[in-house]
Amino acid sequence: MTHQTARAESKRNPQKGKRLAQLFLSYAALVLLTAVFVAPLLWMLSTSLKPNVQATRFPPNWIPEEFSGEGYSAILTTSTQTPVLQWFVNSMVAASANVALILITASLAAYALARLNFRGKNVLFATIIATLFIPQFVFLIPNYLIVDSLGWLNTLLAVIVPSAANAFGVFFMRQFFLSLPRELEEAALVDGANWLQIFLRVILPLSKAPLATLALLSFLINWNDFLWPVYVLFSPGSQTLPPGLSTLQDSYTTNYTVIMAGGVIASIPVLIVYIFTQRFIIEGVSRSGLKG
Amino acid sequence: MAPYLVLFLIFVLIPVVFGLWISLHNWDYLVPRKPWVGLENYVNLFTANSTTSEPFWQSMKATGLFTLFSVPLLVVIPLLVALILNQKFRGRNFFRAVYFAPYVLGVAVVGILWRFLLDPNVGLVNYYLGQLGLPGDIPWTTALPWAWVSLVGMTVWWTLGFNAVIYLAGLQDIDPALYDAAKVDGANRWQRFLNVTLPGLRPVLLFVVTITFLLSANVFGQPYIVTQGAPGNETRSAIMYIAEEGLRNFNMGSAAAMSYVLALVLALLGVANFAFFRYRGD
Repeated sequence: MTHQTARAESKRNPQKGKRLAQLFLSYAALVLLTAVFVAPLLWMLSTSLKPNVQATRFPPNWIPEEFSGEGYSAILTTSTQTPVLQWFVNSMVAASANVALILITASLAAYALARLNFRGKNVLFATIIATLFIPQFVFLIPNYLIVDSLGWLNTLLAVIVPSAANAFGVFFMRQFFLSLPRELEEAALVDGANWLQIFLRVILPLSKAPLATLALLSFLINWNDFLWPVYVLFSPGSQTLPPGLSTLQDSYTTNYTVIMAGGVIASIPVLIVYIFTQRFIIEGVSRSGLKG
Repeated sequence: MAPYLVLFLIFVLIPVVFGLWISLHNWDYLVPRKPWVGLENYVNLFTANSTTSEPFWQSMKATGLFTLFSVPLLVVIPLLVALILNQKFRGRNFFRAVYFAPYVLGVAVVGILWRFLLDPNVGLVNYYLGQLGLPGDIPWTTALPWAWVSLVGMTVWWTLGFNAVIYLAGLQDIDPALYDAAKVDGANRWQRFLNVTLPGLRPVLLFVVTITFLLSANVFGQPYIVTQGAPGNETRSAIMYIAEEGLRNFNMGSAAAMSYVLALVLALLGVANFAFFRYRGD
């Protein structure tokens, strides 16, 4: 008995050592990788807080020798070419309106596709899903002309409305509605509620989590969208932050303090949202990824 | 249902058909007359010495090279990261959150930040390379092959966390009993990876390969901001050229034709990719 225990111990010990070494290596790799991910972001923040003459001085100062608000004051005082504050407001308005539009239209459509019976439902659903496979760049030219004929070019409507037609939200919400037990709705039906009442009073209160995930993902996508706004929002006052940052880079070329300050301003809202909701976002991404 | 259907009709269904219609015309936005030209815009793309064929295929080559370099890195590195994160240890959710963070920033922020970091004279990358005794004067954004290294590198930095998170969810779906069974059979770590992890990850792997391929083939923001297509038009991607041709020069007919050719190429490669995975799956 003792003999056996001793043998088991001697067997366990080197294994424990191996495990520890492995854990140490893993941590070392993870910490190194963390530095690679965090350092550029810290450098952006640090540069934005320096006077421009010190921004490009070597050896680099990770903590500014002298703190200066010149980068921020340069872009926050109203300038007609680079109105960063206006871009910020535009981005907020566009992303919020886009999210609201997506939540309303996608959840209604998804509910109809999940629960109602009407002719052509399956064909319709198949068509909607099929469009998920059409790459976005195919819409670039025709949607530019459609947005133009609606008189929306160079207005925020161009970045609020068309992307709400994307099928992802419908697909995402339908998957959730299908997972809800029908009994809940049947009970309400017996009580004489119509389907809109059921949707508003029974289904929506149960759908807070997927709606929140859809809202977060849609907000991030709209806030960061670049290609489309670069071409449909062309006067400085009507731009959102991403095309604005590109304009900022063109007008301030080597004034990195100002350019990085613009980057920080564009990052802060999404980073704050991310810090508080990272579980939701990450799980939303990985879940929709697995199902898609 | 109705509100969504209106959006879907106007901004998805109609544009797909309308785009084809545009591609069959000499559709100059600024000229009122837009004559029907049949397949001429398509034929031009496949005719040497036409005004569009040389730059279009150059931009297709740029997108192709970018995809070729970035897909393998973005399939393998995030898998390694996910394997490390899949072990039980303190703080793994913290690391997962940190690696995912750049992805929420978007291409514009990532682009201006890396253009600064990669600046040949005042960028940190060359400075630290110099400190390590390596050449510290690399023209990261203006010469080949460095421009590709830059564009691919910053894309890996930007999207690695996204793929890692998807892998991680896939790894956590693999039944731990399979690993125990493999251990009982005397399989070592590498054998367990080959015979349990990889087969268990097949659907996730297919998803990661497909989405990374599509996102890489859609590359626009990184070269638009960081290299502006330089040197020459070597890093001008297909979408950069299509957008320039259609929405800056307003030659919308030929730009629409190009977007359908690119979509067709992607569709064929996508089908080939699925077939490959199915073949390997049997």
